Amino acid sequence: MTGAAHEEPTSFLRKYVFSLDHKVIAKQYLFTAISMALVGGLLAYVMRMQLASPGQEVPGYGMVSPAGYNTLMTMHGTIMIFWVAMPLLLAALGNFLIPLMIGAGDMAFPRLNRLSYWTFLLSTVVLISSFFVPGGAAAGGWTTYPPLSGSAALSGGAWGVTLWILAVALEFAAFLMGGINFITTAVNMRAPGMKLFDMPLMVWMQVAASVIFLFSVGPLIAGAVMLLLDRTAGTGFYNPATGGDPILFQHLFWFFGHPEVYVILLPGFGVIAEILPVFSRKPIFGYRMIVYSTIITGILSFMVWAHHQFVAGIDPRLATPFSITTILISVPIAVTTFAFIATLWRGSIEFKTPMLFALGMLGVFLLGGVTGIHNGTPAVDIYVHDTYFVVAHFHYALIPPVFFSFLAAIYFWYPKMFGRMMNEVMGKLHFWLTITFVNVTFLPMFPLGLMGHQRRISNPNFFEALRTPEVERLHDIATIGAIGLLLSQIPFLINFVWSLFRGREAGPNPWRATTLEWATTSPPGHGNFEVAPRVYRGPYEYSVPGRDEDWLPQNVSG
Amino acid sequence: MASSGQQESLSYERTGIPTGRLGMYWFLAGETTVFGGLIFVYLLYRWRNPEWSEHAAHLIDLAGAFNTLILVSTSVAMARAHAAVQRDRLDLAVRNMGFTLVGATVFLCVKAYEYSHEFAQGFVPSTNLFWSFYYTMTGLHAAHLLGGMVAIAIILIGVRSGRNAHRVEYVGLYWHFVDTVWLCLFPLLYLAS
Repeated sequence: MTGAAHEEPTSFLRKYVFSLDHKVIAKQYLFTAISMALVGGLLAYVMRMQLASPGQEVPGYGMVSPAGYNTLMTMHGTIMIFWVAMPLLLAALGNFLIPLMIGAGDMAFPRLNRLSYWTFLLSTVVLISSFFVPGGAAAGGWTTYPPLSGSAALSGGAWGVTLWILAVALEFAAFLMGGINFITTAVNMRAPGMKLFDMPLMVWMQVAASVIFLFSVGPLIAGAVMLLLDRTAGTGFYNPATGGDPILFQHLFWFFGHPEVYVILLPGFGVIAEILPVFSRKPIFGYRMIVYSTIITGILSFMVWAHHQFVAGIDPRLATPFSITTILISVPIAVTTFAFIATLWRGSIEFKTPMLFALGMLGVFLLGGVTGIHNGTPAVDIYVHDTYFVVAHFHYALIPPVFFSFLAAIYFWYPKMFGRMMNEVMGKLHFWLTITFVNVTFLPMFPLGLMGHQRRISNPNFFEALRTPEVERLHDIATIGAIGLLLSQIPFLINFVWSLFRGREAGPNPWRATTLEWATTSPPGHGNFEVAPRVYRGPYEYSVPGRDEDWLPQNVSG
Repeated sequence: MASSGQQESLSYERTGIPTGRLGMYWFLAGETTVFGGLIFVYLLYRWRNPEWSEHAAHLIDLAGAFNTLILVSTSVAMARAHAAVQRDRLDLAVRNMGFTLVGATVFLCVKAYEYSHEFAQGFVPSTNLFWSFYYTMTGLHAAHLLGGMVAIAIILIGVRSGRNAHRVEYVGLYWHFVDTVWLCLFPLLYLAS
């Protein structure tokens, strides 16, 4: 097979380690990110244990000091956003799916793709190594606000935050390379016959996410350089004593940080858009409307950032316009969500594991989306800001795309990635345990926040108002949920490894799906397609009247 | 069906724009937001601190103007290199890229002289915010220039043996971008009062 722009490698190193093949690079991202998810999950376990029984030794970790808690909280957030969410949803799924879905032999720039992964791996090493430096890892929150983060004396030593900035900068570089690759590939390398509006929605979402990332991250890169110089070269960009302004960093951070939410959410939606039609045997409802909504979401996402700063001392006159744009952005997101629900209407629904996770994603996300409107309203936000209400909100908003969409995607595309099916019974068990414990963990945080429980504190007992049996009980419930959630992943890991060797052979198209990735072997060989595909129609032609089979692949003529 | 060659490589150019140029456009779009963010923040501070013009007066305008001239001529050279590639005159392309490398080296030497002159007068990055911005912005620009020089040198070696001539255009785009950034920095830092 000679589909790729590069030669088929023969040595083990070239094939599996320094590979140029987008499918291998996708798996490298996948396994690195799953490992990091375990690290991030274990950090959460230590935090939850400390909150449930403050001041007692945590099994497997020991005593949690207030400073140690700050590190746990910072690294949990950093890892889950930058080293789990982005590599899983963008790098792993995007790399694997974009060339296959558009009928290309590989990415536009395979060498850039390889460089992207190795830069990412280097960033991972830098981040992990920061746990072991004098003073410990960064402890300023994943937002790393100055002035605390701007000075070594105030941030637990010279190393932690500096390495954090370096690691995040490398990670940004990796994803910029990946993003440029994604956009160029989707724009330029579609198979003959595939018009823009014939692209599967997953490709649209990946491209939209890459564009949003590309345009939002620049100012923060500049801002991070300034923060680094504040720490190392004695400048005072964020130091009021020298005429600098700490709020400036918040603007630069959230100008990136809020679009970043959509960088994660949109590929998550893309997964849902691929899975719902397959297991409803119906075309997606409102394909073009979803595309337009996505574009509008992307544009609006650049105009909402200051809703993170309602209590930071910004001009109060700024709060209203940012509140309006924030509530406005829920409109295109709601359009997309309703289009997904309408896709189910009168479909012949099959509750396979990928479908369960896709539906679970929509259900859980609803709660995260709706509470976002509370937080976007200054009158409410001033009350709940920096409380567990916000923690509950963003876990409900991010766990659906990162966790549910990703798991749906793995159950769905595992046969394509590895050529074998995953076990359905274990998959269903995994789903029901996961969705139960996600809610057990995070629902109690809403009332905790409304009781005035601040986030990011290591010990509620330090505060008079929080020394109540009710706070204690809610913390206990959340902790039981978190441990349950971690243990619920055991069936998944067993299933993943077991199916690699013992899973049923999948064949090219086990789900009877229409998009191009199912038109080739499982797993696809080097160069992806044995016969160059030609595209005749849109991606979701299910239950077309007058045909014997209820699906009509994109590449079949007539 | 398309030609058999296309069928074999499964690599298309649907927009008619070569993939390398398209990738470079997107890269430069991202770069624009990096420098755009930095320049925007500088402008905000500058409006708040009119007294910065006194600090700006310590910069050597003549050196900055000379460097501007140098950079613009290297951009012209890169454009000529691209034009030469299109006419298959690789020798001419190599000569123009060589001129660019020499020009860029002169630029960095002048910049180094300016830095040492300013350091000698006691103006260091931590002196005040104006100097912080000055060193950050020009430093980041110089780093980009250096990166471009490495890229040009690598491509020059390839073109000399007849390989990768199409990359002259792409690195030229990058070079024009770095040049444009300087055309923004020079008036904002040296001239504005």
